[in-house]
Amino acid sequence: MINAIDMNSRRRVLAGTALSLSAVGALALLGQTTRAAGSVAASPNVGQDVQLLNAALALEDEGIAAYQIGAESKLLTPDVLKIAVTFQGHHKQHRDDLTAAIKRLGGKAMEPKSQPDYAKSLGTATLKDQAGVLRLALKLERGATNAYLGLISSLDQSDLYLLAARTASDESFHAAVLGNALGEAIPQKAPMFG
Amino acid sequence: MKLNYLFWAAALLLASESVPVTAARLATPLPSAPQPPPGVPTRGAEIYETKCGACHSLDANRIGPKHRNLFGRKAGSIADFHYTNALKQSGIVWNAQTLDRWLQNPVAMVPGTAMGIRLTSAQDRADVIAYLRQNSR
Repeated sequence: MINAIDMNSRRRVLAGTALSLSAVGALALLGQTTRAAGSVAASPNVGQDVQLLNAALALEDEGIAAYQIGAESKLLTPDVLKIAVTFQGHHKQHRDDLTAAIKRLGGKAMEPKSQPDYAKSLGTATLKDQAGVLRLALKLERGATNAYLGLISSLDQSDLYLLAARTASDESFHAAVLGNALGEAIPQKAPMFG
Repeated sequence: MKLNYLFWAAALLLASESVPVTAARLATPLPSAPQPPPGVPTRGAEIYETKCGACHSLDANRIGPKHRNLFGRKAGSIADFHYTNALKQSGIVWNAQTLDRWLQNPVAMVPGTAMGIRLTSAQDRADVIAYLRQNSR
């Protein structure tokens, strides 16, 4: 359930105290006000953005799990394993960025599923070789790029556009590397995503 | 004679008011929803993989619910998937028309949904819908 913010009361508090607070103090107060705000939605669009960001968070959690399964599969060569772990690290940073954004909006970040749940829904039991792991990763990264690009036009808070675009860029970088590792031809047509 | 005259005068008066309206109605085609282009399931499979596949699969609930047998299904009705309240309460039944609206702008159709991605091309939507229809009973 979304914990929303009373934006008006937050603005009132900040307006009344801004002159006597440092920037750090104001941010700390903002955080406290957000946490103390209770459960009345400030605006339906803020709640909407929280829902969309939570879906993106679920996407990142699934990606982290997929790379974990790949890393533990013993199907990857040491060089590819290093890349997989690096990409997983990027997804963990995306997860943290999304979690921070959800909390900033007064929402509650969804918890990830269990590793066996991810393994089941991704069908990882059928992975037999490194190429299979890479194909799964490529499918998820390509899809994630499109998902983040598609998300931008649905987000209400403009400061989230950059977050979505930046994350889409990371996912497309991953997709390019994975496509290259699989020997895929460079796409002849642009745009490649979106 | 006088009665006849009055009768025709009244008839003409009525006709003068009703004929233009009727004619205008006949001349103006009834508004109808634009027909989507025919969809190609094989192309829809590719689009589904690249644009929907980050969150959806035919046979597994992931970030979004599984899609096999989607046609004719009530939105929010897969028992082991956690939907938003907005979608559960939407009353939508999935068919070509509702899917076309949904894929065009899910947030506008069901405010509060967790799905934000849009398919802006009518042809892409038609292809994905054809693919989903092909994978329904």
